[in-house]
This record gives sequence, C-alpha cells and structure tokens, in this order.
Amino acid sequence: MELLELARGPGLWFALAVFGFGSLWRLWAIFRRPGKADYSEPRSGAVAAGALRAIATRMWHHRTFRERTLVQTLNAYGYHIGLAIVFFGFVPHIGFIHRLTGLSWPAVPGWLFVVAVALVFIGLIYVFFARLTSPVQRLLSNFDDWFSWFVTILPMVTGMAVIALPLQATYPPVPLDPVPVAIHLLSLELLLVWLPFGKLAHVFLVFVSRGMTGAAFARKGAGL
Amino acid sequence: MSEASHPLDLESPRLSVKKPAVRFDKQGERPDDERLGAAMTSFVKDFGRATAAYMDSCIHCGNCAEACHFYLETGDPRYTPIWKLEPFKQAYQREAGPFAWLYRALNLKPAITVEELESWQELLYDSCTMCGRCTMICPMGIDIASLVGLARHGMYQAGLVPHELWAVAERAEREGSPLGATPKVLKDRLEWLADEHEVEMRLDQPEADVLVTFSSIEIMKYPQSLVATAKVLEHAGFTWTISSRGYEATNFGMLSGNVEWQKHSSLKLIEAAIACKAKIMILPECGHAYTALRWQGANMLGRPLPFRVLHISEFLAENVANGRIAVKQVGKSVTFHDPCQVSRRGGATRAPRVVLEALGVDLREMADSGDVGFCCGGGGGVITIHRADELRYKTTALKMRQMDATGAELPVTSCSNCRQTFDDGGAHLKWDKEMTSLLELVADSLADRPAGR
Repeated sequence: MELLELARGPGLWFALAVFGFGSLWRLWAIFRRPGKADYSEPRSGAVAAGALRAIATRMWHHRTFRERTLVQTLNAYGYHIGLAIVFFGFVPHIGFIHRLTGLSWPAVPGWLFVVAVALVFIGLIYVFFARLTSPVQRLLSNFDDWFSWFVTILPMVTGMAVIALPLQATYPPVPLDPVPVAIHLLSLELLLVWLPFGKLAHVFLVFVSRGMTGAAFARKGAGL
Repeated sequence: MSEASHPLDLESPRLSVKKPAVRFDKQGERPDDERLGAAMTSFVKDFGRATAAYMDSCIHCGNCAEACHFYLETGDPRYTPIWKLEPFKQAYQREAGPFAWLYRALNLKPAITVEELESWQELLYDSCTMCGRCTMICPMGIDIASLVGLARHGMYQAGLVPHELWAVAERAEREGSPLGATPKVLKDRLEWLADEHEVEMRLDQPEADVLVTFSSIEIMKYPQSLVATAKVLEHAGFTWTISSRGYEATNFGMLSGNVEWQKHSSLKLIEAAIACKAKIMILPECGHAYTALRWQGANMLGRPLPFRVLHISEFLAENVANGRIAVKQVGKSVTFHDPCQVSRRGGATRAPRVVLEALGVDLREMADSGDVGFCCGGGGGVITIHRADELRYKTTALKMRQMDATGAELPVTSCSNCRQTFDDGGAHLKWDKEMTSLLELVADSLADRPAGR
C-alpha cells in the first residue's frame, strides 16, 4: 500500500475513530463522576442561562485583567482563528472535507490564507517562547504542553511543504508528489489521535468547565 | 499537639493563638504512609463531576497568576493559583482521571508523597485566601478557589494544617468558639453591653422571627457590632434573639479542611434557628460564615433549610429598601471593600451599595471593586498564621493603596475578619485610616423614627 493510500484510508479512519471515541471517553470520564446535590436556596433559577453566559462572556477577559493579559489573549485569538481559516478555508482542505463528507464551501481569498498562516506560525512560536521564558508558564509546563504544541505546529510545517500550486488552484485528486501530501495528512492524523488525550481537549472541555462554573455562580447570583 | 499549649492572643490587633515558640505543622503521631492514605482517600472522595471537569480543563496558560494578589505582590511563580493545586491534580490524574490506570501502570504520574504535601502546606494555606479572584480570570472558567477548599480536606486528614489554624479550629470544636467566646463569655458580654449602651440584648428568647449570629471576632474584638445589631433590630421592630445554643458563625472547620467540624458548627446554628422557629437567620459581618451557612449549610443538614439565611448587609439592604430601617445621611466620601465570600463568591455584591446609597455617601469605587476586587489578604484562615504575616502585609498594602487612591474619607467593609486584617495591617504598615463596619455605620445613622412606623 502506498503511503498516501494509507494516510487517506485506514490511517485517516483510525485517527477519526480515536478522535471521536477518545473525545466521548474524555467527556464520559467527567460525567461518570458523582455530582453533589445542592440544597441551598438558589438566588436564581436561571442556571442554564448562567452556563451559556459564562461560555460566551469568558471569551474575553474582564476589563480589570485585560492589560496584563492582552498580548497573550490577542495571540491566542490570532492563532486559533488562523488555524480555523487554514483548515476550513484553503482550497485543498475544502476538497479533502468534500471527499470525506460531501460538504463544500468557497475558499478564502489567497491573501487571507497567507495572513492566517502567518498568524498561526507567529502565534505558536510566541507560545513556545513564552512557555520557555515566563517563570509561571515554565513552572506549569509538562510533557502535555510541549507535545500538544508539537502536534499542532507539525501539520502547519508539513503543509508548507506541499503548497505547490497557486493558492486558489484546485489540487488534483492524485498529487504529483504524493509522499509530502501523505506526510502532511499523517501529521494531521497525529493531531487528531492526540487531541482527546491531552490539553488540546480544551476545544470541547472549555464548554464543560465554563458551563459548570457559570451555572454554579448563576445559582448564587454571583457575577462571573 | 495538646490544646493547652495554644493560648489565645486577644490583645493584639489580630486575634489568633499566640505566636508559637515551636511550630507543630504536622498534627498527631502517625506513619507517613498512613497520612498519605488519609489524604488520598479524602482527595478521591472529593473528585466529583465539577472537580473532574476543572482538573481536565486546565491549559496551563498561567493567567490565574495575574489575578492573585500573592503573585502580583511577590512575583513568585509558586503563588500561581493552579500551581497550589499541583499535588491535588497529580492525585486526580493518578487515582481518578480518565487515564488513571495508564498513569499508574506506567508510573507516568508518580504517587504524591507526604514531603510533597508538607511543602505544599504553605501554598494551600498561607498564600491562598480562597478569594476566588483567579476564578474570574481563568479562560477555562475553572473555579480554583473551590478546589483549594477541597484540597484542604485532604490536608486536614493527613494532619498537615498550619499550627495556628489547626489550634483555633480545634478550640472551636471543643469550646464552640475559636477565640474563647464560650456561651458564658457571650452572656457576660451581652449583659455588659446592655448596661453600657442601654440597649436590649435578647438572649435565648423561646421564639423569634430573627435569629442573630455573630463572629467571635465581633464578640471578642468588636463588641460594638453586637450593640449595632441590637440597635438596628430594635429600630426595625423585629422579634429577634441570640441563642446560646448556636451563635458562633465563624467556621474554622471549613477553613482548616475538617468537614466534620464544619458540619458541627453549621448544625449548631441551624438547630438554634429551628428551635426558636426563626424565619430569618442573620449572618454577621463575616465573609466565610456566609459561604459556610448560606451556601453550604443546607448541604451539611442534607435538606433545604426551613428559614432564610441573610448576610447582615443583605438584611440591611432589604429593610432599608422597604423602609423598615430609616437612616440619616452620612455626608462623607466612602470606599467599600467587598468581602470576597459575600460579594464575588456569595452573590451579594449589590447589597452594601444599596445601604451606602441610602446613607447618602459619596461612594468612590476602587480601581478593582465589586466582583473583581482584591481580597484583604487575611481570608481563608491566613490571618491566624503567624509565619504568613509578612506575605499577608504585602497583599493588604496593595488593597490599602487602592483605597487611598480613591481619596475617600472612610473605608468601609462588611466583614470583621477583613476589618481585623486592616487593623493589623494598618498597625504594621502605619496606615492613616481605620476600617469602618457597614453595620456600625448604619446603627450610628439610624433616624429617630423608623419610616412607616
């Protein structure tokens, strides 16, 4: 079996299965834990609204904290949005998703793609050095942080090696040089396989933890 | 440790046990593996759904440090709030997390040790007031303060509570008060205050609509608060009582991490309120008392409480608003220090502002106020711990700077623990102001005739 066939076939399905079941497992591991009954008289019954409000409002720091966290926050937004644009807005990626799901949409303009790529690289490199140089982040960092960083930047690096045509060109289903494409796809699969098991799971856990705190604080009538 | 070896210091601006000549920060004589086992059992018991979600969600961004007064004032990364929970997180991942079996089988997360827990004692007790400001900044919404409370449960079970905090908690369990405010002391003080201030002190009334509780800090250090409470209730025309069965609202069981002691303290108050058929229990100017009874009391009982629980600031706000308490205008500029457990973590941020508005003061909010205000530095039992003094003074100084910057004449709060933290910090830092009690401000400003009566 050619490497590209492996990456597009069993490799991809394996990665998607691990991603899907791993994410469910991670959520189940939380929700299987016992919840505690709360008999205190609630100040407000709008706990679901509180959960949703916390999910939404925690997207941006309270103004009190903005100054001290502004660079980190803007950078995080930069590379998260950049990643989304790169993954969902680039022609060959849309083709990939189309082959997989039958869904497709127009690609982003070439200049936006370039900006997004730059945001991701600059952002992730900033994150790397911030983690190395900030005494707080250095203290907190462990294998999960470094490996998660690695599997996030890897598809970007391998992706750069396969950009051969004009940015808006439609890529052929069978690439002229299949090995770099296979490596790029395998690096994405590594990301998918790792995501549910490390800190990258924050892509879905963020809703759980924010929601729980939002609900608890809403019950007490406390601002969040 | 024997209880006799911990005499109280009731003379200094901060009430606690006297500074120990020799510290006993490790309670009891037990083998280390037994201590560890006790801590782990407690940790695992506390790994509920919310805890699991929080433990799994941390992205190690370190933002929480930027909200913590201990970190901001020292720059020491060990004071990063989530780092204070590292052994707790380690225990979670090894014993209860989604990959606990893998971590154990391959020893990817080494088992925590007693030495590790001992070295974390300072981080979980001396340098965390459980003020929850870090919760306000966490991009994942992790309620770090609640986790510190749970981690303290395990520390208590391991016998690893700071000397002074253990001593006052033990005294509270044994005598009913951490600062020696026994029922006899209370009765004597009430009689003295009634004579001195010519105010009715209603003790052990068989039935009353309102049960009043106090903090032992008020009873022993700020008795004028007891007088103020009586004056306000008489003015408003409530039937009220103090009960010698349950009057002490501080809960050092909760602060030290002993759930059983927390429960005993709470049940005394609850039973007293039920016995006198109270419709309202008023909690005193004490932050953690509010958390202990308002939000955790019913859970200690195991069913909803048959009465309302109000912080005194809520009670004042409610009755100022409905006209039952009428006040004169104060005509001063005021800045309000929010007790973290009442405002940020209790949801009663608005209440003191309603009262201050009625008093007609010129309220000057600090740069960080309300739900994002800084803690006084002495909450969570920190004020009791002598070795934490220098660190605490740094955090109190931060708050004093913010209050000074408002230019307000009068700093006001509604927590006697915050108040004594500012008294003690003020004496040490030579602060030129004195913290005022919101309740006492109201009592001193009561109108001659209650409105509508």
